Amino acid sequence: MAEAADPRARYASEFASLEKEFYGSEPEWLRALRRSGLDRFQNVGFPTLKDEQWRYTNVAPIAKQRFLSAVHLQGDGVSIDRVRPASFTQFEGSELVFVNGRYAPKLSTLKDLPGGVRVGSLAKMIVWEPRAVEPYLGRFAKVDANPFAAMNTAFLQDGAFIEVPKGVAVKHPLHILFVSTFHPQPTVAHPRNLILAHEESAVTVTESYVGLDEGAYFTNAVTEAVVGPGARLDHYKLQRESEKAFHVGTLQIHQERGSVVSDNFLSFGGGLVRNDVNAWFNGEGGDLSLFGLYSTHGTQHVDNHTLIDHAKPACSSRELYKGILDGRSRGIFYGNIVVHKDAQKTNAMQTNKNLLLSKDALADSIPGLQILANDVKCKHGSTTGQLDENAIFYLRSRGLDPGAARALLVYAFAREVVDKVRVAAMHAVLSIQLASRLPYAEIMREVL
Amino acid sequence: MALLEVRDLRAKVGDKEILKGVTLTVNAGEVHAIMGPNGSGKSTLANILAGRPGYEPIGGSVRYEGKDLLAMKPENRAREGVFLAFQYPVEIPGVGNAYFLKSAVNAIRRYRNEPELDAMEFMDIVNDKMKLLGLDEAFLSRSLNDGFSGGEKKRNEIFQMAVLEPRLAVLDETDSGLDIDALKVVANGVNTMRAKDRAIVVVTHYQRILNYIVPDFVHVLVDGRIVKSGGQELAHELERTGYQGFESPAAASSP
Repeated sequence: MAEAADPRARYASEFASLEKEFYGSEPEWLRALRRSGLDRFQNVGFPTLKDEQWRYTNVAPIAKQRFLSAVHLQGDGVSIDRVRPASFTQFEGSELVFVNGRYAPKLSTLKDLPGGVRVGSLAKMIVWEPRAVEPYLGRFAKVDANPFAAMNTAFLQDGAFIEVPKGVAVKHPLHILFVSTFHPQPTVAHPRNLILAHEESAVTVTESYVGLDEGAYFTNAVTEAVVGPGARLDHYKLQRESEKAFHVGTLQIHQERGSVVSDNFLSFGGGLVRNDVNAWFNGEGGDLSLFGLYSTHGTQHVDNHTLIDHAKPACSSRELYKGILDGRSRGIFYGNIVVHKDAQKTNAMQTNKNLLLSKDALADSIPGLQILANDVKCKHGSTTGQLDENAIFYLRSRGLDPGAARALLVYAFAREVVDKVRVAAMHAVLSIQLASRLPYAEIMREVL
Repeated sequence: MALLEVRDLRAKVGDKEILKGVTLTVNAGEVHAIMGPNGSGKSTLANILAGRPGYEPIGGSVRYEGKDLLAMKPENRAREGVFLAFQYPVEIPGVGNAYFLKSAVNAIRRYRNEPELDAMEFMDIVNDKMKLLGLDEAFLSRSLNDGFSGGEKKRNEIFQMAVLEPRLAVLDETDSGLDIDALKVVANGVNTMRAKDRAIVVVTHYQRILNYIVPDFVHVLVDGRIVKSGGQELAHELERTGYQGFESPAAASSP
């Protein structure tokens, strides 16, 4: 078949038709940005296993599939009842809901926002106040970050725009929820989020990607988080896509002087998942914590890439990713910390730990450090193992069932990351997600 | 009926036969010491009684309250009242002491068709036992044995024993790695547990702990067999002479 030969042609023609239908009326800078994304994607195409950054993940199933762009879907009346299981409205804070990539104002709740804080749809912001968006969009997650970021830039539809002005602390978390529904033809959505935390501000943002049906679709998300001097961002990403879905996500964090960021990546769903977190220290004294927990079963494939650029002196980063792999699933951790030449007094720690629950599960762990400065403290480590039989026996010898003992040890393994979760809504979902993978849910509720 | 009746027990670890016919009777209310040199099979005996995987009985029998102990799963042995204080307690980061112990207590109570304890009832029981072992409040919220000193781990074993109130407690080298003050605390905890309906088996290399936990019977285990049994005085004799005088029957008969 001719179309299988090069999927790029398909994307080029899709772009041409969307440009005619939608993009034509957009501001010139956005059209140029889209064009740069398309050009980049046309240049490089889909990555293959020969690319070092993609050695562990074959994206051919994504490249082969002909997706229907989700912009063609009408807001097909997803009821609030269908969204509720994925929603955080019962918790504190505001929530923006996107259905198949499109903002759903009726399903969203905005409340208790301090003056000057802007939270809403990026697409609407581009229409109403393009000048608030233009200086940031695409300046941090660049089109050459990876081919999927380029594709997202070409086709970006909607997502959250969050801006916290100087000195303002937002007390309650802001929740962004992307839900996908079943469609007979697999769809693709390109969510794009922009988080701006200006000087000395503080905000907590959660991003959730949830499949409402067990359908096949493709989510290709990009989030840019720009954290000003002395500002604080606590960011969570929860991935609960359908297990038939493809999910590729890029988070680009840009940190100015003395800013503090923590990012928690929690991944449970998806059939084929690739998650990139890139952080850039652009000022001295920045602090970054990256925590990840990925739990897979069946034939799930989850690839986590992190890249931390210590471009300025005296910044600290600590990173802990933990994988719980069952069935015939595969989990990858590929970490890279680059300490630039002038980044003296860098403090960086990177750890990956994997727990294999079945003999057919596979963990790849590739920690990495590139140090070009000479006065630094850097450490990395990686362990992969099974449940400790001695520990199981110890628990059994005190009267616990073998199943309860195993569940307890799995929860204990997860706990190091779970304890970092400070948002009640996230904590609740995490408990449910972990419990759904293991029996003895009652144990975990007390433990976690 | 004896609480524990071990008859001609033989067992192997891997391909190696370690126990070559151990016979031992322990009645409720008694404290027995099993002494022996390194490699004599003391710890194997303790682990066989607790059902540790990899320790395989290949002959003989063990009856506990008249039931076939070796046929029971490890968790059911615990629920029936058998307790092993580990020589090397396992560190389990992420599982809190209090939570773990409450799960254990309630697993045992469920098995016995007794109502489970809620957090308040559990704390009432635990508080007294903590004082007994000189453990403070913070101990309960720490992870199970995680980062504990050798002495703390052993105290935790005896604390667990005090909370679980077994009928048969086997202490596997509980004295190893303890300084004299810690040893006294642990021994005091064990002595408090002495009762008419409970038996305690102290497995040890050294006589020292027996100055504090005074046994009713002492058995000398050499090369997988009990070669001599006696009263407390046997432990003192061993202290003077060492184990050289107690060669295994097999070794003694070789040229």
